[in-house]
Amino acid sequence: MKIMTCPFNGPRPVSEFFYWGEIRPMPDPATCSDESWADYIFNRNGAPGVKQEWWCHIASNTWFIAERNTEKDLVLRTYLFEEEL
Amino acid sequence: MPWRLLRFATTKKHPEPRMFTEHAELKPSYDVVIIGGGGHGLAAAYYLGRDHGITNVAVLEKGYIGGGNTGRNTTIIRSNYLTPEGVKFYDESVNLWQDLSQEFDLNLFYANRGHFTLAHTDSALRTMRWRAEVNKHYGVDSEVVGPDFVKRAAPMINLSCGHAPILGALYHAPGSIARHDAVAWGYGRGADMRGAEIHQQTEVLGIDVRGGKVCGVQTSRGYIATDKVLCAVAGFTPRILDMVDIKTPITIHPLQAMVSEPLKPWLDPILVSGSLHIYVSQSARGELVMGASLDPYELHSTRSTLDFVEGLSAHMLDMFPFLSHVKVMRQWAGMADMTPDFAPIMGKTPIEGFYLDAGWGTWGFKATPVCGKTMAHTIATDTPHPLINGFSLDRFRNYSLTGEKGAASVGH
Repeated sequence: MKIMTCPFNGPRPVSEFFYWGEIRPMPDPATCSDESWADYIFNRNGAPGVKQEWWCHIASNTWFIAERNTEKDLVLRTYLFEEEL
Repeated sequence: MPWRLLRFATTKKHPEPRMFTEHAELKPSYDVVIIGGGGHGLAAAYYLGRDHGITNVAVLEKGYIGGGNTGRNTTIIRSNYLTPEGVKFYDESVNLWQDLSQEFDLNLFYANRGHFTLAHTDSALRTMRWRAEVNKHYGVDSEVVGPDFVKRAAPMINLSCGHAPILGALYHAPGSIARHDAVAWGYGRGADMRGAEIHQQTEVLGIDVRGGKVCGVQTSRGYIATDKVLCAVAGFTPRILDMVDIKTPITIHPLQAMVSEPLKPWLDPILVSGSLHIYVSQSARGELVMGASLDPYELHSTRSTLDFVEGLSAHMLDMFPFLSHVKVMRQWAGMADMTPDFAPIMGKTPIEGFYLDAGWGTWGFKATPVCGKTMAHTIATDTPHPLINGFSLDRFRNYSLTGEKGAASVGH
Protein backbone atom coordinates (compact mmCIF):
# COMPACT_ATOMS: atom_id res chain seq x y z
CA MET A 1 0.00 0.00 0.00
CA LYS A 2 1.27 3.45 -0.85
CA ILE A 3 1.39 6.00 1.92
CA MET A 4 0.84 9.77 1.74
CA THR A 5 1.53 11.99 4.72
CA CYS A 6 -1.26 14.43 5.50
CA PRO A 7 0.06 17.55 7.30
CA PHE A 8 -2.76 17.20 9.89
CA ASN A 9 -3.40 13.48 10.14
CA GLY A 10 0.01 11.98 9.50
CA PRO A 11 0.75 8.99 7.23
CA ARG A 12 -2.40 7.54 5.64
CA PRO A 13 -3.10 5.13 2.73
CA VAL A 14 -2.99 6.99 -0.58
CA SER A 15 -6.52 5.77 -1.40
CA GLU A 16 -7.80 8.26 1.21
CA PHE A 17 -6.48 11.13 -0.89
CA PHE A 18 -7.61 13.02 -3.92
CA TYR A 19 -5.20 14.39 -6.52
CA TRP A 20 -5.84 17.78 -8.09
CA GLY A 21 -2.83 18.25 -10.35
CA GLU A 22 0.18 20.50 -10.47
CA ILE A 23 0.08 24.01 -8.97
CA ARG A 24 -0.07 26.48 -11.85
CA PRO A 25 -0.35 30.25 -11.75
CA MET A 26 -3.64 31.43 -13.28
CA PRO A 27 -3.45 34.36 -15.69
CA ASP A 28 -5.96 37.16 -15.12
CA PRO A 29 -8.98 36.09 -17.25
CA ALA A 30 -10.03 39.72 -17.69
CA THR A 31 -6.82 40.79 -19.36
CA CYS A 32 -5.14 37.73 -20.88
CA SER A 33 -5.50 36.75 -24.54
CA ASP A 34 -7.63 33.81 -25.69
CA GLU A 35 -4.47 31.98 -26.59
CA SER A 36 -2.83 32.24 -23.20
CA TRP A 37 -6.13 31.34 -21.52
CA ALA A 38 -6.35 28.20 -23.70
CA ASP A 39 -2.75 27.44 -22.77
CA TYR A 40 -3.67 27.73 -19.09
CA ILE A 41 -6.80 25.58 -19.15
CA PHE A 42 -5.59 22.83 -21.50
CA ASN A 43 -1.84 22.49 -21.57
CA ARG A 44 0.09 20.66 -18.87
CA ASN A 45 3.68 19.99 -18.00
CA GLY A 46 3.51 16.27 -18.79
CA ALA A 47 7.20 15.41 -18.49
CA PRO A 48 8.35 13.62 -15.34
CA GLY A 49 10.14 15.45 -12.55
CA VAL A 50 9.68 16.89 -9.08
CA LYS A 51 6.34 18.70 -9.04
CA GLN A 52 4.33 20.70 -6.52
CA GLU A 53 0.78 19.41 -6.55
CA TRP A 54 -2.54 19.97 -4.83
CA TRP A 55 -3.74 16.98 -2.84
CA CYS A 56 -6.70 16.59 -0.50
CA HIS A 57 -7.19 14.20 2.40
CA ILE A 58 -10.83 13.31 1.69
CA ALA A 59 -11.88 12.18 5.17
CA SER A 60 -10.82 15.43 6.83
CA ASN A 61 -11.11 17.66 3.74
CA THR A 62 -7.55 18.90 4.23
CA TRP A 63 -6.14 20.53 1.14
CA PHE A 64 -2.37 20.64 1.07
CA ILE A 65 0.65 20.68 -1.20
CA ALA A 66 2.80 17.65 -1.95
CA GLU A 67 6.20 17.78 -3.58
CA ARG A 68 6.40 14.58 -5.52
CA ASN A 69 8.86 12.97 -7.89
CA THR A 70 6.54 11.71 -10.64
CA GLU A 71 9.16 9.43 -12.16
CA LYS A 72 10.37 7.66 -9.02
CA ASP A 73 6.96 7.74 -7.29
CA LEU A 74 8.39 9.41 -4.16
CA VAL A 75 6.66 12.00 -2.00
CA LEU A 76 9.41 14.36 -0.88
CA ARG A 77 7.45 16.75 1.34
CA THR A 78 3.86 17.66 2.21
CA TYR A 79 2.75 20.94 3.76
CA LEU A 80 -0.19 23.29 4.09
CA PHE A 81 -0.48 26.21 1.71
CA GLU A 82 0.01 28.72 4.59
CA GLU A 83 3.29 27.06 5.59
CA GLU A 84 4.80 27.90 2.27
CA LEU A 85 4.41 31.62 2.85
CA MET B 1 19.31 -36.09 -31.87
CA PRO B 2 20.87 -33.69 -29.30
CA TRP B 3 23.91 -33.39 -31.57
CA ARG B 4 21.68 -32.33 -34.49
CA LEU B 5 19.94 -29.83 -32.29
CA LEU B 6 23.25 -28.39 -31.17
CA ARG B 7 24.46 -28.11 -34.74
CA PHE B 8 21.19 -26.44 -35.69
CA ALA B 9 21.56 -23.94 -32.86
CA THR B 10 25.10 -22.93 -33.80
CA THR B 11 24.63 -22.75 -37.58
CA LYS B 12 23.92 -19.39 -39.15
CA LYS B 13 21.68 -20.99 -41.80
CA HIS B 14 18.35 -21.23 -40.06
CA PRO B 15 15.66 -22.74 -42.28
CA GLU B 16 13.14 -20.32 -40.77
CA PRO B 17 14.18 -16.74 -41.57
CA ARG B 18 14.45 -14.30 -38.68
CA MET B 19 11.57 -11.87 -38.27
CA PHE B 20 13.73 -8.81 -38.92
CA THR B 21 17.02 -7.94 -40.53
CA GLU B 22 19.57 -6.68 -38.03
CA HIS B 23 21.37 -3.52 -39.06
CA ALA B 24 24.76 -2.99 -37.47
CA GLU B 25 24.83 0.76 -38.04
CA LEU B 26 22.50 3.66 -38.62
CA LYS B 27 22.68 5.31 -42.03
CA PRO B 28 23.69 9.00 -42.02
CA SER B 29 20.27 10.03 -43.32
CA TYR B 30 16.75 8.74 -43.87
CA ASP B 31 13.66 10.12 -45.62
CA VAL B 32 11.56 9.48 -42.53
CA VAL B 33 12.55 8.70 -38.95
CA ILE B 34 9.90 7.12 -36.74
CA ILE B 35 10.46 7.38 -33.00
CA GLY B 36 8.89 4.43 -31.23
CA GLY B 37 8.89 0.79 -32.35
CA GLY B 38 5.45 -0.09 -31.07
CA GLY B 39 2.44 -1.07 -33.13
CA HIS B 40 1.72 2.49 -34.26
CA GLY B 41 5.26 3.32 -35.36
CA LEU B 42 5.80 0.02 -37.15
CA ALA B 43 2.40 0.25 -38.84
CA ALA B 44 3.29 3.73 -40.10
CA ALA B 45 6.58 2.35 -41.50
CA TYR B 46 4.65 -0.51 -43.11
CA TYR B 47 2.06 1.71 -44.84
CA LEU B 48 4.72 4.24 -45.89
CA GLY B 49 6.39 1.42 -47.82
CA ARG B 50 3.25 -0.35 -49.03
CA ASP B 51 1.03 2.59 -50.02
CA HIS B 52 3.46 5.44 -50.67
CA GLY B 53 6.67 3.79 -51.84
CA ILE B 54 8.73 5.47 -49.11
CA THR B 55 11.15 2.82 -47.90
CA ASN B 56 14.18 4.78 -46.71
CA VAL B 57 12.73 4.77 -43.21
CA ALA B 58 14.25 4.14 -39.78
CA VAL B 59 12.20 3.05 -36.80
CA LEU B 60 14.06 3.91 -33.58
CA GLU B 61 13.12 2.02 -30.44
CA LYS B 62 14.62 2.68 -27.03
CA GLY B 63 13.88 -0.82 -25.72
CA TYR B 64 12.57 -3.72 -27.80
CA ILE B 65 9.74 -3.65 -30.31
CA GLY B 66 6.25 -3.96 -28.95
CA GLY B 67 7.58 -3.66 -25.38
CA GLY B 68 5.58 -0.55 -24.51
CA ASN B 69 1.83 -0.20 -24.52
CA THR B 70 1.51 -2.47 -27.58
CA GLY B 71 2.39 -5.37 -25.29
CA ARG B 72 0.63 -4.03 -22.18
CA ASN B 73 -2.98 -3.54 -23.26
CA THR B 74 -5.92 -5.93 -22.90
CA THR B 75 -6.14 -6.45 -26.72
CA ILE B 76 -9.75 -5.34 -27.21
CA ILE B 77 -10.76 -4.18 -30.71
CA ARG B 78 -14.06 -2.35 -31.27
CA SER B 79 -15.54 0.70 -32.95
CA ASN B 80 -18.65 1.58 -30.92
CA TYR B 81 -17.48 5.05 -29.93
CA LEU B 82 -19.58 8.12 -29.26
CA THR B 83 -18.47 10.94 -31.54
CA PRO B 84 -18.84 10.76 -35.35
CA GLU B 85 -15.07 11.35 -35.71
CA GLY B 86 -14.31 8.47 -33.36
CA VAL B 87 -16.83 6.04 -34.88
CA LYS B 88 -15.63 6.59 -38.48
CA PHE B 89 -11.98 6.34 -37.46
CA TYR B 90 -12.24 3.18 -35.36
CA ASP B 91 -14.59 1.52 -37.86
CA GLU B 92 -11.93 1.85 -40.55
CA SER B 93 -9.51 0.30 -38.07
CA VAL B 94 -11.77 -2.71 -37.46
CA ASN B 95 -12.05 -3.20 -41.24
CA LEU B 96 -8.26 -3.22 -41.53
CA TRP B 97 -7.88 -5.59 -38.57
CA GLN B 98 -10.06 -8.24 -40.20
CA ASP B 99 -7.59 -8.73 -43.08
CA LEU B 100 -4.31 -8.38 -41.21
CA SER B 101 -3.51 -12.06 -40.53
CA GLN B 102 -3.94 -12.79 -44.22
CA GLU B 103 -1.89 -9.78 -45.24
CA PHE B 104 1.00 -10.55 -42.89
CA ASP B 105 0.83 -14.32 -43.40
CA LEU B 106 1.06 -14.46 -39.62
CA ASN B 107 -1.64 -15.71 -37.26
CA LEU B 108 -2.72 -12.80 -35.06
CA PHE B 109 -5.31 -15.01 -33.28
CA TYR B 110 -7.87 -12.40 -34.27
CA ALA B 111 -11.02 -13.69 -32.60
CA ASN B 112 -14.41 -12.09 -33.15
CA ARG B 113 -16.15 -12.47 -29.79
CA GLY B 114 -18.80 -9.76 -29.50
CA HIS B 115 -18.43 -6.91 -27.03
CA PHE B 116 -20.80 -5.91 -24.22
CA THR B 117 -20.61 -2.61 -22.38
CA LEU B 118 -22.76 -3.21 -19.33
CA ALA B 119 -25.05 -0.52 -17.92
CA HIS B 120 -25.75 -0.58 -14.18
CA THR B 121 -27.49 2.78 -13.95
CA ASP B 122 -30.14 4.70 -15.90
CA SER B 123 -27.64 7.32 -16.95
CA ALA B 124 -25.25 4.68 -18.29
CA LEU B 125 -28.13 3.11 -20.24
CA ARG B 126 -28.93 6.52 -21.70
CA THR B 127 -25.33 6.91 -22.92
CA MET B 128 -25.53 3.39 -24.42
CA ARG B 129 -28.65 4.38 -26.42
CA TRP B 130 -26.88 7.51 -27.61
CA ARG B 131 -23.83 5.52 -28.65
CA ALA B 132 -25.96 2.86 -30.39
CA GLU B 133 -27.78 5.51 -32.44
CA VAL B 134 -24.55 7.28 -33.48
CA ASN B 135 -23.02 3.90 -34.35
CA LYS B 136 -26.01 2.77 -36.44
CA HIS B 137 -26.03 6.08 -38.28
CA TYR B 138 -22.48 5.36 -39.45
CA GLY B 139 -23.24 1.73 -40.29
CA VAL B 140 -21.55 0.19 -37.26
CA ASP B 141 -23.24 -2.93 -35.85
CA SER B 142 -24.28 -1.80 -32.38
CA GLU B 143 -27.47 -2.11 -30.33
CA VAL B 144 -28.85 -1.83 -26.81
CA VAL B 145 -29.85 -5.21 -25.36
CA GLY B 146 -31.53 -6.34 -22.14
CA PRO B 147 -30.13 -8.37 -19.24
CA ASP B 148 -31.56 -11.65 -20.67
CA PHE B 149 -29.47 -11.23 -23.79
CA VAL B 150 -26.35 -10.70 -21.66
CA LYS B 151 -27.15 -13.78 -19.60
CA ARG B 152 -27.51 -15.92 -22.74
CA ALA B 153 -24.14 -14.74 -24.06
CA ALA B 154 -22.36 -15.15 -20.71
CA PRO B 155 -24.33 -17.71 -18.66
CA MET B 156 -21.94 -17.57 -15.69
CA ILE B 157 -22.64 -13.89 -15.02
CA ASN B 158 -24.34 -12.78 -11.81
CA LEU B 159 -26.83 -10.20 -13.13
CA SER B 160 -27.28 -8.56 -9.74
CA CYS B 161 -23.52 -7.77 -9.58
CA GLY B 162 -23.42 -7.19 -5.84
CA HIS B 163 -25.22 -3.88 -5.39
CA ALA B 164 -25.21 -2.77 -9.01
CA PRO B 165 -27.68 -4.89 -11.03
CA ILE B 166 -27.21 -4.97 -14.80
CA LEU B 167 -30.03 -3.03 -16.49
CA GLY B 168 -28.88 -3.60 -20.05
CA ALA B 169 -25.87 -3.39 -22.29
CA LEU B 170 -24.53 -1.96 -25.50
CA TYR B 171 -23.84 -4.96 -27.70
CA HIS B 172 -21.26 -4.61 -30.45
CA ALA B 173 -21.02 -7.81 -32.51
CA PRO B 174 -17.71 -6.97 -34.31
CA GLY B 175 -15.86 -6.62 -30.97
CA SER B 176 -12.72 -8.78 -31.11
CA ILE B 177 -9.43 -9.61 -29.46
CA ALA B 178 -6.03 -10.31 -31.02
CA ARG B 179 -2.55 -11.35 -29.93
CA HIS B 180 -0.97 -7.97 -29.37
CA ASP B 181 2.76 -8.67 -29.72
CA ALA B 182 2.13 -10.49 -33.01
CA VAL B 183 0.66 -7.27 -34.37
CA ALA B 184 3.93 -5.44 -33.76
CA TRP B 185 5.92 -8.33 -35.29
CA GLY B 186 3.63 -8.53 -38.31
CA TYR B 187 3.91 -4.84 -39.07
CA GLY B 188 7.63 -4.92 -38.28
CA ARG B 189 8.31 -7.81 -40.63
CA GLY B 190 6.20 -6.23 -43.38
CA ALA B 191 8.04 -2.92 -43.02
CA ASP B 192 11.40 -4.73 -42.90
CA MET B 193 10.61 -6.68 -46.08
CA ARG B 194 9.83 -3.40 -47.86
CA GLY B 195 13.16 -1.87 -46.86
CA ALA B 196 12.50 0.02 -43.62
CA GLU B 197 15.16 -0.41 -40.93
CA ILE B 198 14.22 -1.26 -37.36
CA HIS B 199 16.81 -0.18 -34.79
CA GLN B 200 16.19 -1.44 -31.30
CA GLN B 201 18.15 -0.24 -28.26
CA THR B 202 18.40 3.16 -29.92
CA GLU B 203 17.27 6.07 -27.79
CA VAL B 204 16.46 9.51 -29.15
CA LEU B 205 18.37 12.15 -27.17
CA GLY B 206 17.43 15.27 -29.10
CA ILE B 207 15.69 16.57 -32.19
CA ASP B 208 17.50 19.06 -34.39
CA VAL B 209 15.10 21.86 -35.36
CA ARG B 210 16.38 24.83 -37.36
CA GLY B 211 14.20 27.71 -38.52
CA GLY B 212 11.04 25.86 -37.52
CA LYS B 213 11.98 22.80 -39.59
CA VAL B 214 13.19 19.35 -38.59
CA CYS B 215 16.76 18.67 -39.78
CA GLY B 216 17.81 15.60 -37.87
CA VAL B 217 17.68 13.41 -34.81
CA GLN B 218 20.40 12.87 -32.21
CA THR B 219 20.36 9.27 -30.97
CA SER B 220 22.37 7.23 -28.51
CA ARG B 221 24.10 5.69 -31.56
CA GLY B 222 24.86 8.88 -33.46
CA TYR B 223 23.27 11.65 -35.48
CA ILE B 224 20.80 11.05 -38.34
CA ALA B 225 19.82 13.70 -40.88
CA THR B 226 16.14 13.69 -41.85
CA ASP B 227 13.34 16.09 -42.91
CA LYS B 228 10.49 14.13 -41.38
CA VAL B 229 10.06 12.72 -37.91
CA LEU B 230 7.06 10.86 -36.56
CA CYS B 231 6.70 10.72 -32.80
CA ALA B 232 4.71 7.61 -31.78
CA VAL B 233 5.91 6.95 -28.25
CA ALA B 234 2.72 6.83 -26.12
CA GLY B 235 3.75 7.35 -22.48
CA PHE B 236 7.02 9.02 -23.43
CA THR B 237 5.36 11.71 -25.56
CA PRO B 238 5.85 14.65 -23.14
CA ARG B 239 9.60 13.90 -22.91
CA ILE B 240 9.99 13.94 -26.70
CA LEU B 241 7.81 17.05 -27.06
CA ASP B 242 9.96 18.86 -24.49
CA MET B 243 12.87 18.44 -26.94
CA VAL B 244 11.00 20.44 -29.59
CA ASP B 245 9.19 22.77 -27.19
CA ILE B 246 5.64 21.83 -28.13
CA LYS B 247 3.02 22.12 -25.39
CA THR B 248 0.15 19.65 -25.13
CA PRO B 249 -2.47 18.72 -22.53
CA ILE B 250 -1.05 15.19 -22.27
CA THR B 251 -0.50 13.80 -18.78
CA ILE B 252 0.76 10.33 -17.97
CA HIS B 253 -1.19 7.97 -15.74
CA PRO B 254 -0.47 4.27 -15.20
CA LEU B 255 -3.08 1.84 -16.50
CA GLN B 256 -2.86 -1.58 -14.91
CA ALA B 257 -3.99 -5.03 -16.03
CA MET B 258 -3.70 -8.62 -14.90
CA VAL B 259 -4.36 -12.20 -16.05
CA SER B 260 -5.69 -15.22 -14.20
CA GLU B 261 -4.44 -18.78 -14.42
CA PRO B 262 -5.65 -20.60 -17.58
CA LEU B 263 -9.19 -21.99 -17.38
CA LYS B 264 -11.31 -24.10 -19.71
CA PRO B 265 -13.15 -21.87 -22.18
CA TRP B 266 -16.24 -20.49 -20.48
CA LEU B 267 -16.38 -16.81 -21.46
CA ASP B 268 -16.95 -16.11 -25.12
CA PRO B 269 -17.76 -12.38 -25.29
CA ILE B 270 -15.74 -9.41 -24.08
CA LEU B 271 -17.40 -7.75 -21.10
CA VAL B 272 -16.89 -4.19 -19.96
CA SER B 273 -18.44 -2.45 -17.01
CA GLY B 274 -17.78 1.23 -16.45
CA SER B 275 -19.48 1.21 -13.04
CA LEU B 276 -17.55 -1.77 -11.70
CA HIS B 277 -14.36 -0.69 -13.51
CA ILE B 278 -13.88 -4.02 -15.26
CA TYR B 279 -13.02 -5.17 -18.70
CA VAL B 280 -12.50 -8.87 -19.17
CA SER B 281 -12.11 -11.42 -21.94
CA GLN B 282 -10.78 -14.96 -22.09
CA SER B 283 -7.71 -15.39 -24.25
CA ALA B 284 -7.01 -18.29 -26.61
CA ARG B 285 -4.81 -19.72 -23.83
CA GLY B 286 -7.74 -19.68 -21.42
CA GLU B 287 -6.42 -16.90 -19.21
CA LEU B 288 -8.82 -14.18 -18.16
CA VAL B 289 -7.36 -10.87 -19.30
CA MET B 290 -8.62 -8.15 -16.97
CA GLY B 291 -8.26 -4.42 -16.70
CA ALA B 292 -9.76 -1.71 -14.53
CA SER B 293 -9.44 2.06 -14.60
CA LEU B 294 -6.57 4.50 -14.66
CA ASP B 295 -4.54 5.12 -11.55
CA PRO B 296 -5.82 8.42 -10.18
CA TYR B 297 -2.63 10.47 -10.23
CA GLU B 298 0.20 11.26 -12.61
CA LEU B 299 3.07 8.77 -12.55
CA HIS B 300 5.76 7.78 -15.04
CA SER B 301 6.20 4.24 -13.83
CA THR B 302 5.19 0.76 -14.94
CA ARG B 303 5.20 -0.78 -11.49
CA SER B 304 1.82 -2.25 -10.55
CA THR B 305 0.16 -2.28 -7.12
CA LEU B 306 -1.56 -4.72 -4.78
CA ASP B 307 -4.44 -2.24 -4.34
CA PHE B 308 -5.24 -2.70 -8.00
CA VAL B 309 -5.39 -6.50 -7.81
CA GLU B 310 -7.53 -6.39 -4.67
CA GLY B 311 -9.96 -3.86 -6.09
CA LEU B 312 -10.34 -5.50 -9.49
CA SER B 313 -10.65 -8.99 -7.98
CA ALA B 314 -13.43 -7.80 -5.66
CA HIS B 315 -15.36 -6.38 -8.61
CA MET B 316 -14.73 -9.50 -10.68
CA LEU B 317 -16.29 -11.55 -7.87
CA ASP B 318 -19.35 -9.31 -7.89
CA MET B 319 -19.83 -10.23 -11.53
CA PHE B 320 -18.59 -13.84 -11.47
CA PRO B 321 -18.79 -15.22 -7.89
CA PHE B 322 -17.66 -18.70 -9.03
CA LEU B 323 -14.14 -17.37 -9.68
CA SER B 324 -13.35 -17.09 -5.97
CA HIS B 325 -10.69 -19.82 -6.10
CA VAL B 326 -9.04 -18.74 -9.32
CA LYS B 327 -5.51 -17.41 -8.98
CA VAL B 328 -4.07 -14.27 -10.48
CA MET B 329 -0.94 -15.12 -12.45
CA ARG B 330 0.56 -11.84 -13.59
CA GLN B 331 -0.04 -8.13 -13.30
CA TRP B 332 1.59 -5.17 -15.02
CA ALA B 333 1.13 -1.52 -15.90
CA GLY B 334 1.58 0.73 -18.90
CA MET B 335 1.95 4.49 -19.10
CA ALA B 336 -1.16 5.95 -20.71
CA ASP B 337 -0.86 9.39 -22.33
CA MET B 338 -4.21 10.92 -21.43
CA THR B 339 -5.90 13.88 -23.11
CA PRO B 340 -8.72 15.91 -21.53
CA ASP B 341 -11.27 14.93 -24.22
CA PHE B 342 -10.28 11.24 -24.46
CA ALA B 343 -9.44 11.60 -28.15
CA PRO B 344 -5.95 11.25 -29.63
CA ILE B 345 -3.69 14.01 -30.91
CA MET B 346 -2.65 13.23 -34.47
CA GLY B 347 -1.22 14.96 -37.48
CA LYS B 348 0.95 17.97 -38.14
CA THR B 349 2.50 20.24 -35.54
CA PRO B 350 3.77 23.85 -35.57
CA ILE B 351 7.19 22.44 -36.51
CA GLU B 352 7.53 21.59 -40.18
CA GLY B 353 8.31 17.92 -40.69
CA PHE B 354 7.44 16.92 -37.12
CA TYR B 355 4.37 14.69 -36.99
CA LEU B 356 2.60 13.54 -33.88
CA ASP B 357 0.70 10.34 -33.14
CA ALA B 358 -0.03 10.65 -29.44
CA GLY B 359 -2.68 10.97 -26.75
CA TRP B 360 -3.51 7.29 -27.11
CA GLY B 361 -4.27 6.88 -23.42
CA THR B 362 -6.37 3.77 -22.97
CA TRP B 363 -7.60 3.36 -26.56
CA GLY B 364 -4.51 2.95 -28.71
CA PHE B 365 -4.25 -0.76 -29.48
CA LYS B 366 -7.50 -1.03 -31.43
CA ALA B 367 -6.43 1.93 -33.55
CA THR B 368 -3.04 0.49 -34.55
CA PRO B 369 -3.81 -0.23 -38.24
CA VAL B 370 -5.73 2.95 -38.96
CA CYS B 371 -3.13 5.07 -37.15
CA GLY B 372 -0.38 3.58 -39.27
CA LYS B 373 -2.37 4.15 -42.42
CA THR B 374 -3.48 7.72 -41.72
CA MET B 375 -0.11 8.82 -40.35
CA ALA B 376 1.68 7.32 -43.37
CA HIS B 377 -0.66 9.36 -45.60
CA THR B 378 -0.08 12.49 -43.51
CA ILE B 379 3.71 12.10 -43.66
CA ALA B 380 3.86 11.20 -47.37
CA THR B 381 1.60 14.02 -48.57
CA ASP B 382 2.22 16.53 -45.75
CA THR B 383 -1.58 16.94 -45.41
CA PRO B 384 -3.64 15.38 -42.63
CA HIS B 385 -5.69 12.36 -43.68
CA PRO B 386 -9.45 13.25 -43.70
CA LEU B 387 -10.13 10.67 -40.97
CA ILE B 388 -7.91 12.45 -38.45
CA ASN B 389 -9.14 16.01 -38.96
CA GLY B 390 -10.97 15.97 -35.64
CA PHE B 391 -7.81 14.98 -33.74
CA SER B 392 -5.40 17.82 -34.53
CA LEU B 393 -3.32 19.53 -31.86
CA ASP B 394 -4.93 22.87 -32.83
CA ARG B 395 -8.18 21.93 -31.14
CA PHE B 396 -6.70 22.86 -27.76
CA ARG B 397 -5.93 26.35 -29.02
CA ASN B 398 -9.33 26.83 -30.67
CA TYR B 399 -11.45 25.49 -27.80
CA SER B 400 -12.89 22.81 -30.12
CA LEU B 401 -12.49 19.57 -28.16
CA THR B 402 -13.78 16.23 -29.44
CA GLY B 403 -15.39 14.86 -26.24
CA GLU B 404 -14.93 11.12 -26.76
CA LYS B 405 -16.80 9.59 -23.83
CA GLY B 406 -16.86 6.15 -25.46
CA ALA B 407 -13.23 5.53 -24.53
CA ALA B 408 -12.17 2.69 -22.28
CA SER B 409 -12.03 3.14 -18.52
CA VAL B 410 -14.01 6.37 -18.68
CA GLY B 411 -16.97 6.66 -16.34
CA HIS B 412 -20.25 7.83 -17.88
